[in-house]
Amino acid sequence: MVIFLGSALFYTFLPPLKWRRMIARIHFIGAKSLLVIVVTGAFTGMVLGLQVFYTLRKFGAEGFLGSVVALTLIRELGPVLCALMVTGRAGSALTAEIGIMRITEQIDALDAMALNPMRYLVVPSILAGLIVFPLLTAIFDLVGIYGGYLVGVKLLGVAGGTYFGEMETYVDLRDITQGFLKSLSFGLLMTWVCCYKGFYTSHGAEGVSRATTQAVVLSSVLILVWDYFLGSVLL
Amino acid sequence: MKRGGLEVVVGVFLLLGIFALGWISIRLGQMQVLGVSGYTVYADFPTAGGLKEGASVEIAGVKIGRVEGISLIDYQARVAMRIDSGVELQEDTIASIKTKGLIGEKYMRLSPGASDEIISPGGKIRETEPPIDLEDLIGNIIFGKF
Repeated sequence: MVIFLGSALFYTFLPPLKWRRMIARIHFIGAKSLLVIVVTGAFTGMVLGLQVFYTLRKFGAEGFLGSVVALTLIRELGPVLCALMVTGRAGSALTAEIGIMRITEQIDALDAMALNPMRYLVVPSILAGLIVFPLLTAIFDLVGIYGGYLVGVKLLGVAGGTYFGEMETYVDLRDITQGFLKSLSFGLLMTWVCCYKGFYTSHGAEGVSRATTQAVVLSSVLILVWDYFLGSVLL
Repeated sequence: MKRGGLEVVVGVFLLLGIFALGWISIRLGQMQVLGVSGYTVYADFPTAGGLKEGASVEIAGVKIGRVEGISLIDYQARVAMRIDSGVELQEDTIASIKTKGLIGEKYMRLSPGASDEIISPGGKIRETEPPIDLEDLIGNIIFGKF
């Protein structure tokens, strides 16, 4: 697997890059996931607003609602939930697509036409993952913060200025870079695992289904494990 | 035509993502993008206890700048503050480090003076007031020093 990633990275820095393929990949992993991300982001923010509000009210500290919601979203929930949603939506499809190309010998055909399958299939996916994940995470965070605003301020009556004011005071640039570092690494992790699993699919249709399942399970687990280690190192 | 549509969708998506990224880092991370405006003044404190870079500088509760850096000079804490241009500080302005609420964070409060002279950019606020150490205060009360 490491060799797979290594050669993919090697071809990344070796021109020519397949721009069209990359744009198509960004469209597939990113733009099509937008709706899912917006909906999950909004509801995550709203749930956070609700739960955190009732917890903070016990201490009479409702004013901190904004900073708690924003910090939770930016540092943990944004990158992780976003990565899990995209893995479920796009990662599975990525594995299935490459897997089917493998078992129908289309990858061999690419090889025969002197088109490097690594360069044609894997590199654009990994690059698209690296570009798309931070952007989707940013959208997730933004929507989530406004979801929390909707519940906390409009429904439960925290002052709007307090919500954003406390948020600005307590969120540092470091929290933000940390969150985006996470989402970058998740982007690499997810596309790497999914491409690898698809690339080495075998045994017909059953093999594709197994590869897809494995890819989604493995990337989700790796994302959560990696999140813990990265979090403990960066904190 | 179809390929053009795809590129437009990707473009819109990227713009949206970059907008969200920008909003978060500028609004919440207080990243300085369009250069820094305003001017810098300095103030020396015996202790800067708990004041952090990026803390707000206020006059009468209105934010007029932020703490830019804290360094040790002659065993005193030198606090650099960036003040919005348009705000003039009199020469006898008093700078004090205060706490927002009981457990809130530290901020810099400036009390305007009455002098005719204005502190020039890069100048120094001479009159300073160190933060109140809550622990010392509580200790004093407990051990009956009042």
